[in-house]
Amino acid sequence: MTEQDTTSPPITGRILFDDVVPARAPWARPVLKGQTLRILDLQGNQAADFLAYHLHDEAERYSAAETIANQRNLYLTVGTVLMSSDGNEMMTITADNCGRHDTIGGACSVESNALRYGHHTRCQHACVDNFLDALVRRGMGKRDMVSNINWFMNVPVEADGSLGIVDGISAPGKYVDCRAEMDCLCVVSNCPQINNPCNGFNPTPVRMIIWET
Amino acid sequence: MDAGSVKCDTATPLKAREHARAMAGTVVRNMPTIPAADARDLPTGVAAGDVVWDETIGAGGYAHRILSRGSRLRITDMDGDACVNLLLFNADRMIERLNVADTVKVQWNAYLGKGKLLLSDMGRVIMSIVDDTSNRHDTFCPASSPKSNIAKYGQGDNYTTAPSARDRFLIALGKYGLGKKDIAPNINLFKGVHIETDGATTFHGDVTKPGLFVELRAEMNVLVVLANTPHVLDPRPEYHATPVRLTAWRGQVTPLDDAVRNASPEAMRAFENTEDFFIR
Repeated sequence: MTEQDTTSPPITGRILFDDVVPARAPWARPVLKGQTLRILDLQGNQAADFLAYHLHDEAERYSAAETIANQRNLYLTVGTVLMSSDGNEMMTITADNCGRHDTIGGACSVESNALRYGHHTRCQHACVDNFLDALVRRGMGKRDMVSNINWFMNVPVEADGSLGIVDGISAPGKYVDCRAEMDCLCVVSNCPQINNPCNGFNPTPVRMIIWET
Repeated sequence: MDAGSVKCDTATPLKAREHARAMAGTVVRNMPTIPAADARDLPTGVAAGDVVWDETIGAGGYAHRILSRGSRLRITDMDGDACVNLLLFNADRMIERLNVADTVKVQWNAYLGKGKLLLSDMGRVIMSIVDDTSNRHDTFCPASSPKSNIAKYGQGDNYTTAPSARDRFLIALGKYGLGKKDIAPNINLFKGVHIETDGATTFHGDVTKPGLFVELRAEMNVLVVLANTPHVLDPRPEYHATPVRLTAWRGQVTPLDDAVRNASPEAMRAFENTEDFFIR
């Protein structure tokens, strides 16, 4: 248990896990049906890349496309239901004081960083490597990598289709709560990116709290 | 079977063989051209001898093919109401596949069209779009699933008349030893989804004139897996998907002075990585 922060509303219920994920690190825990996961941006503008899997059948996993089609909107906020590849409800966003979150930008990788910023960035740590770190230890792997959620990341799409990761709208104390609608394995890469504004060019810790009422 | 309804004599193995062989040569609309060099009505400048694949798939059909680096694949919406759900894999190592998020992020744009690249999750180009008369595609929405089809059409399984793209993918992928985990995020061709300023999706799915096409160039040896099923945002209550023709022919590996290769610094590095992959 870490020191209780004062910037997000107190949790009424039994806290099961309260983890501070160090800057640049992966994180994974089950979140069982009915439990809620809070993802808290401690220092502001810190992208938390997120994937979820059916805890008992990881071939069913978060689907950005199913989630977008289900709500007919690109951006994630209160009321958004995170949908699975099989069209089932995985989690519901029950609170969000940031406003909106991205699910089309994907995770940074050493390979895509090389395309976006130059071959010199291949040696830099990246979210796909974090996801693989977490997944491979659980007997999962690259086939389990799909388009993810980027909590606290701002990716507008303009009229001509132009899109990009632009300056964030998050701040210290911004948080999002997700209630599990099925037993989920939730995996996070606390984004180590230093070449775009998704972390304000300065990766910082995030806090993950799982509780049940 | 009632003896009175028997139209053919298949009472003995030899009679059954005769009956079976008499079917040969039947021509239907939705079928492959075998051998491919017999294909007709080819794109201008394509010699019949260079055709490596020619196949038409109808509503709910699926197809799959390994194409060599440099090959061209023309996907034609024959009657103007198709929706092609597309997956791509590096045929030399199937663990590498189309990455839709990287495709739109690296190119700083979400709308596909002529000159755009389809990127893998390893920072390489799988295929590039060398021609496109449709200009109406979707990088946001999923391929249809059994659940979405059952909700709209009352059925969605492979054995029904309204199969879903995900189930078609499963069968196609199974033939390569792949499975459900290999149904990565896909793209949908010939039906468009655009994004409004508030993030809302707008579906563009009116029937177009016949014959619009997308022409892809294989930048590596590629496994192409596709299905022809209605788009998940198609509001019509009936299952509409008109036939799609798939025609591929041999072509030159992309040269270093290619305009698509050199169109942007990101494209150039993606091609450099692809060329690097082939250094032996």
